[in-house]
Amino acid sequence: MKITGAQILLQSLKAEGVDTIFGYPGGAVIDIFDVMVRQFSGDFKFILVRHEQAAVHAADGYARATGRPGVCLVTSGPGGTNTVTGLATAYMDSIPLVVFTGQVPTPLIGNDAFQEADIVGITRPCTKHNYLVASVDQLATIIKEAFYIAISGRPGPVLVDLPKDVMQSKAEFIYPTKLNLTTYRPTVKAHIPSIKRAAELIRHAQRPVIYAGGGVITSGAHEELRTLAEMAGFPVAMTLMGLGCFPGTHPLSLGMLGMHGTYRANMAVNNSDLLLAVGARFDDRVTGRVEDFAPGAKIIHVDIDPTSIQKNIAVDVPIVADARDALARLVEVLKKTGRSDKSKEMLKNWHASITAWRNEQRLRFDRTSETIKPQYVVEKLYEITQGQAIIATEVGQNQMWAAQYYLFDHPRTLLSSGGLGTMGYGFPAAIGAQVAFPGKTVIDIAGDGSIQMNIQELATVAHYKLPVKIAILNNGYLGMVRQWQERFYDNVYAHTDIMASPDFVKLAEAYGALGLRAKFNSEVETVIREGLQSDGPVIMDFVVEREESVYPMVPAGASIKDMILV
Amino acid sequence: MENRHVISVLVENKPGVLARVSGMFSGRTFNIHSLTVAPTLDTDYSRMTIVTDGREQIIEQIIKQLRKLINVAKVQDLTRGDFVDREMVLIRMKATAAKRGEILGINDVFRGKVVDLTHDSVTLEVSGNQNKIEAILELLAPMGIQELIRTGTVAISRAKKSKLPGITQ
Repeated sequence: MKITGAQILLQSLKAEGVDTIFGYPGGAVIDIFDVMVRQFSGDFKFILVRHEQAAVHAADGYARATGRPGVCLVTSGPGGTNTVTGLATAYMDSIPLVVFTGQVPTPLIGNDAFQEADIVGITRPCTKHNYLVASVDQLATIIKEAFYIAISGRPGPVLVDLPKDVMQSKAEFIYPTKLNLTTYRPTVKAHIPSIKRAAELIRHAQRPVIYAGGGVITSGAHEELRTLAEMAGFPVAMTLMGLGCFPGTHPLSLGMLGMHGTYRANMAVNNSDLLLAVGARFDDRVTGRVEDFAPGAKIIHVDIDPTSIQKNIAVDVPIVADARDALARLVEVLKKTGRSDKSKEMLKNWHASITAWRNEQRLRFDRTSETIKPQYVVEKLYEITQGQAIIATEVGQNQMWAAQYYLFDHPRTLLSSGGLGTMGYGFPAAIGAQVAFPGKTVIDIAGDGSIQMNIQELATVAHYKLPVKIAILNNGYLGMVRQWQERFYDNVYAHTDIMASPDFVKLAEAYGALGLRAKFNSEVETVIREGLQSDGPVIMDFVVEREESVYPMVPAGASIKDMILV
Repeated sequence: MENRHVISVLVENKPGVLARVSGMFSGRTFNIHSLTVAPTLDTDYSRMTIVTDGREQIIEQIIKQLRKLINVAKVQDLTRGDFVDREMVLIRMKATAAKRGEILGINDVFRGKVVDLTHDSVTLEVSGNQNKIEAILELLAPMGIQELIRTGTVAISRAKKSKLPGITQ
């Protein structure tokens, strides 16, 4: 029996195990929405956002929190162009998404039709791959390929553009069981001789550091990483994307490295003789001045994406592989060989140095202040949730304080736009995570600037009664830029003062959410407890020290050993 | 051009593939000196020949980034082995009867063809490797080139040397 393209699409999503879709209707996708309600109402949880950008971020948050691909459905033209920031965000952070966009009917494509945009052309550089479905006969195959490409290798977003007439025309539905992607075969298994070379370096390292990134989380390699670190006694520094891949409370954890990383992490990397980079890509926010990065270290680089290797930094042992496979094999080899006696002996000194660095310069802030210190808010959130919440962040100071003061013990509990640095990401991402885990505490740590970039989603959380908690660290500034202006631009605060913001408590109430405010340090704990106890959406507005800055700080382009400490 | 690399890219013959390749080059600020593309014997695939330049690390990135594209089947840096490359140029020269003989003489030396001739112009077709093309252009330039069209380089790797059939040892 022949069925319509719209029906084929939804049948295919069922076959892929999709149960949640984030999106927004429109003229070009009206057939899909119609059939979804008439025929598939029991099959999908559909979350109607209030802006398409939020649909993609929500699907992204869903994907980061669950490990499953996030799915979006939006209309043509502006519906598609509004997804671009979300796609670019997911692409930079290797998050698997499949985004379906409506398109004008095929005979009108290229005619500047109403709500037409060349979305395949626009999103080519910010998707892992994209498709225009030219005929209903290709539809099921393309969907199968889209999901496979999104989740395999180095994951990423895939966009599928669906012309309206393709959704209306009919074909037999057979969901393919096999893929025929002859030109796409990502390497996942590590090259054994390289593993042996790496193991040899690990055996003899005296001042080792593991530098772990988001790839460890993506591949589910956190157990293997922990086994290796504990077996060898290697300290672990994490990137922003890697936080949670190794327990933040573990004695071997150095916390985050890089521009706002801990003193001990950056000093350890800088003085190391072996750097084992896993699922990380030597981003400029991590390395600082590349020429001075880990100058005395041999570098082993495990990454599934060959383009990440030797892109920013020359490495001694490149290993193109899935992080989990590579780490498991390293563990296997090291179990047999063990570490050399000399290196074991020297490792004690290395741990002593790291402890000294830790004691010398801990993360710190003024605890006597009556004005609320933003770091204190994050620390209290950590204490009160006992580190068990899913934390989304916006971008800027709020993000860095969240990374520094919330110790992530579990993978997939920090949702943050690392690569693109998208303000407005956190709140919709928190929505996606809350949809996936209705019973979990999900908190968006926000700034007063970022939160206003997708504030309209308060309607979404009210609509679906999603108990997302928003903690605004409200300093009346675009704080990270202000901090740079203070440090490097003679205190000229060019357009970073945003005191003219809405009353966030009233705003929450206007949307039917709970609004709470703390103005003094003494009120912080009460507000957090009250906010977290509520079973609905909450905005907690923390009026914080206006000119607090994030430290340590490595100025852009400086060596990571040259941290500004206060 | 220093560090000239000729990269042969086998791609799926699908809409948008050229844009994916050229967009990757421009988005990452890699240089394209020339790019040619046409179907192969198997019409499901096309062959691109891309001439580019850059430091070793850049060339490595170009090759890896090309391989990363979903529609790319195979990438070879022909410059790393033995290869033959050719380019064709069409050159229209200003040529009255007085100058014509000299131009045709040069053309003969370079084994070019005359493809169009009028009272005051001659159009030549010359093909060869880069050195040859550059040499003839250098000779013709002072004589008044009116218009010049180059195809860009196409290239193929040389076959591995095999022993003559019937000869052992």
